[in-house]
Amino acid sequence: MRIAAPVLASVLTLIVGSVFFASLGHDPLPTLYAFFVEPLNSMNGLSEWLLKASPLILIACGLAVGFRANVWNIGAEGQFTMGAIAASGVGLFWPDPESALLLPLMFLGGMAAGMAWAAIPAFLRSRMNTNEILVTLMMTYIATLFLSYLVHGPWRDPAGFNYPQTALLPAAAMFQSFDPAYRLNSSIFVTVVAVLLMWLFTDRSFLGYKMSVSGAAPLAARYAGFRESAAVWIGLLAGGAAAGIAGMAEAAGPLGQLSPQISPGYGFAAIIVAFIGRLNAFGIVLGGLLMSLLFLGGEGVQMTLGLPSALTRIFQGILLFFLLAADFFIFYRVRLVRPARDAHALETA
Amino acid sequence: MDLFIAIFTGTIIAATPLIFAALGELVVEKSGVLNLGIEGMMLMGAALAFWAVTAGYPMPVAILAGALAGAAASLLFGVLALTFLTNQYAAGLALAIFGSGVSAFIGRGFGSDPIEALHSVSIPILSDLPVLGPLLFRFDPLVYLALAMFVAISWFLYRTKAGLILRTIGESPQTSHAIGYPVIRIRYMAVLFGGAMAGLAGAYLSVAYTPLWVENMTAGKGWIALALVVFATWRPLRVLLGAWLFGGMTILQLQGQALGLDVPSELLSALPYLATIIVLVLISRNRQMLALHFPASLAKPFRPAS
Amino acid sequence: MHPRLELRNICKRYPGVVANDDVSLSIQPGEIHAVLGENGAGKSTLMKIIYGAAQADSGEIFCDGNPIAAHNPATSRALGIEMVYQHFALFESVSVVENIALSASSAFDLPSLAEKIRELSLRYGMPIDPHRQVHDLSVGERQRVEIVRCLLQAPKLLILDEPTSVLTPQAVVKLFETLRQLAAEGCSIVYISHKLDEVQELCDTATVLRNGKVTGTARPKETTSLELARMMVGSKLPEMHVSPATLSKKPVLEVNNLSAKARDHFGVELKDVSFDVHGGEIVGLAGVSGNGQAELIALLSGERTHGRSDAVRISGTPAAGLRADERRKLGLAFVPEERLGRGAVPSHTLWENAVLTAHRFGTVRKGLVDRRKASAFAAGVIDKFKVKANGPGSTAQSLSGGNLQKFIVGREIALAPKLLLVSQPTWGVDVGASAFIRQTIVDLSRAGTAVFVVSEELDELFEICDRLLVICQGRVSPPLVRKSTDREEIGLLMTGRTMGKDKTGSSSVALQD
Repeated sequence: MRIAAPVLASVLTLIVGSVFFASLGHDPLPTLYAFFVEPLNSMNGLSEWLLKASPLILIACGLAVGFRANVWNIGAEGQFTMGAIAASGVGLFWPDPESALLLPLMFLGGMAAGMAWAAIPAFLRSRMNTNEILVTLMMTYIATLFLSYLVHGPWRDPAGFNYPQTALLPAAAMFQSFDPAYRLNSSIFVTVVAVLLMWLFTDRSFLGYKMSVSGAAPLAARYAGFRESAAVWIGLLAGGAAAGIAGMAEAAGPLGQLSPQISPGYGFAAIIVAFIGRLNAFGIVLGGLLMSLLFLGGEGVQMTLGLPSALTRIFQGILLFFLLAADFFIFYRVRLVRPARDAHALETA
Repeated sequence: MDLFIAIFTGTIIAATPLIFAALGELVVEKSGVLNLGIEGMMLMGAALAFWAVTAGYPMPVAILAGALAGAAASLLFGVLALTFLTNQYAAGLALAIFGSGVSAFIGRGFGSDPIEALHSVSIPILSDLPVLGPLLFRFDPLVYLALAMFVAISWFLYRTKAGLILRTIGESPQTSHAIGYPVIRIRYMAVLFGGAMAGLAGAYLSVAYTPLWVENMTAGKGWIALALVVFATWRPLRVLLGAWLFGGMTILQLQGQALGLDVPSELLSALPYLATIIVLVLISRNRQMLALHFPASLAKPFRPAS
Repeated sequence: MHPRLELRNICKRYPGVVANDDVSLSIQPGEIHAVLGENGAGKSTLMKIIYGAAQADSGEIFCDGNPIAAHNPATSRALGIEMVYQHFALFESVSVVENIALSASSAFDLPSLAEKIRELSLRYGMPIDPHRQVHDLSVGERQRVEIVRCLLQAPKLLILDEPTSVLTPQAVVKLFETLRQLAAEGCSIVYISHKLDEVQELCDTATVLRNGKVTGTARPKETTSLELARMMVGSKLPEMHVSPATLSKKPVLEVNNLSAKARDHFGVELKDVSFDVHGGEIVGLAGVSGNGQAELIALLSGERTHGRSDAVRISGTPAAGLRADERRKLGLAFVPEERLGRGAVPSHTLWENAVLTAHRFGTVRKGLVDRRKASAFAAGVIDKFKVKANGPGSTAQSLSGGNLQKFIVGREIALAPKLLLVSQPTWGVDVGASAFIRQTIVDLSRAGTAVFVVSEELDELFEICDRLLVICQGRVSPPLVRKSTDREEIGLLMTGRTMGKDKTGSSSVALQD
């Protein structure tokens, strides 16, 4: 039952995709093949698949911790950016560019920056009652502008022909690739650990239990004495940490430097991944692999068939639409739903 | 004086898309529905209106096309949120992402050339008045439409029975249903209206304000419109004032850049976003004030009991 | 002459229950007709069917001899059938006249409607100001609004669903006068109730329901209470065993001059509340709902905290600043009035809901939830309190209201509390389960626990409490000993009229301004 909705949504997305391709004058089957199968036909394709899936899964795990508690951090893109900035800053300016500590320090820096960027909305929500959706989003725009400022200004590589980008990170600041021919690197282990931690936290720990109560029934959480502000802080910081680490891994992996286009939209796509994965650790792994394939396929058909890269976002949207709709058919039809009564005296706006 | 006129008129113009989008969202939220997808609907409206102009349709048709595109996009959200009772946050986010993708797809062949912008009105005598003419009577028609929408929506919400019905559905759809109102149908109409208004806002950006096509050209204005509704504590007049405030912020930032202030342009560009956060914080601290006009059923799925 | 309303062989099933089984009744013009039955007997379903808010599976409804086709609330209103709900269909955020305009078919003209409301409400002896906001009105005033709303339509048949459950005894007298006046003018009245004395006082005829079936029709004024009660609950009338209380030396719960501002416009301000509860006794809080009960119970349970920490003491420890889980460490347990969403998480299983408050009882170890322990705990509660459920794995929302209430009561009692707070212990619970829950609470107190009960059912409070408090507009009366007080005195206190007057001696000093 838990996988029925994602599977149904994926199949429907494929069908709509076929119709869409056909209407653009492309034979659907070869196009779908080019979109979803061809990218995985080579070792390089598989490497790229996992390389892109890794940050999506990592961020989605962090976000899902918050989503379960009804804490809506949709500014992972900004936290990702800040993580990349902080990590690159450490990598570029640490006095000893060959230090073995460099990569761990960058890791901590990226994580701290992501958390700090998420701590602001957490503080504002828990202390000032400010909607975290809007704040996290505004913070994303600010982070993007900050990055733009850095790469156009103080951090611009003097030897970079005036391109808005930093110098390349030193070798000690980079995750090792498994094979020099491919880009997949050891940062994927971070994601594996994150998935296991996420599972332990949400499925087994008391803290995770408290957060799920906060999300499912805020009045019950207050009844039991679980602190709402704790749920807000943990939810936002988990997402911020995950996104910050993912940003760090992107800078210290495939990119090797900072440029204005640090993220192809991982922070937003991870929101969809979290939902496709039903906010569940292992579901998120599958969702991340699917979403990564959408990214690859979008790039693939752009190159081979000249189709626009915006297709990726369209497919992401359609997939999420169908998933939400499929949820309704599968869950509501079998479950008798009773609306919970409101208690005015306890409710806060 | 000229600088003042430039700032004043610039503010009014920059506020116009925000007024459309935020007033539309106000009506949606007053009915108890939270549609986070304004950014996506605006982009759809912007792309379609721009396309209509480049395809040679007259301006009014293009603007209408923008509004219809926004409404069509909102219908996707409506089906999910109202018929399928999905989480409204998720459905709105999906619409935001989807709209940005579809608009980029539609806009892939637009090129980067500007089009001829929507003309300003020219009212005999009034437009030619010194000072007052350029200050008040030389805007494009959509600026006046936005103000007319403000008057119409205020009147509708607080002076008509339909508006009363809408507001009370936002407080308690269960009660509205019990006394016989078609809650879901009314909410659909509100959502469609909000979509059309967001589409208008987008159309304004691409055919009057900029007037050219850039991917994701809304640059967060849809989200700022959402923040404006909270800032306004769900009251139309405050939406108008808030939009002018943000419009003024945008213009001061542009003026600052034009005057070559010794600050990074990125910092100035970040001002509207920073201001949004600050304003939200100031408003949200006062829970009592928020509660007073807050649609109590906001974002809660409603299914009529049989 | 045709009866005003006639039901023939009405049947209505919901998943798992037969709400109405072959129900027939007929009501003449000007007749006050009671539909009498315990909670869960099918009264409310029947009323919804009469009003068209629910459709019968089979059977027919006639109004003035004509069958009603395509039945919904709008057709009912067109036929002159109006209904006053038990939980009012009023919007808090708008005014009285706007509320009434919403259900009026006339043109949208607020000033003239307001004038009509003023006139009509005066004529029937229940004046209301049409321009007041509903959230400012007391519950009794809200009921007036509902009734006036119906009267504006000049109804031929008026349905009232448990109208007195929210009224003081004095307001009930007023209501009855209005209803008699209406009936004398030819309006038929359907009066739904589970209160025998009211039905006997007011109604011409009574149709008694039990488990969805008609168990008898009677002229209540000529029938004894015992006969009516038999029809309502069958032959077995539950009996309560209340032995004398043995009090602990020191109070377990002390409330000292507790004042608290309302959270928002819809709340009530608490003013200088003081009382205590000893181990071994049950103290009840009576009052019309919306007079500060919700605020007081939230401050006692820890869902709301208070700046002055000795305003509430539990076993002598200042507790007003503590959160709910910290107060629970002091021995507090709490059964809230909302089961779904407050006392239990609807979408969670029963074992997960056991962890909600029983996490200090072995169900959580080293920060991890011990699923086996939690399941065993939930199974124990299910078993001991005869909860009808498919084991610890079934979700809270799959249980009926009464069964979920038994589960929550059972869970809280299994925590072996020193202090138990209970709000509306038997709302929507059937007779058998109500008696069981009340007996359980009494037994717990006799074993030494301090119990504080909030209820709108005076009968219930009189049945189980040793001492009674009355709350009105955020003020709490001095305690009254149950055996030496009566409904009249409680009723006066519920209206707030004697508040502040020195009636019972020194203890009321705290209540003066």
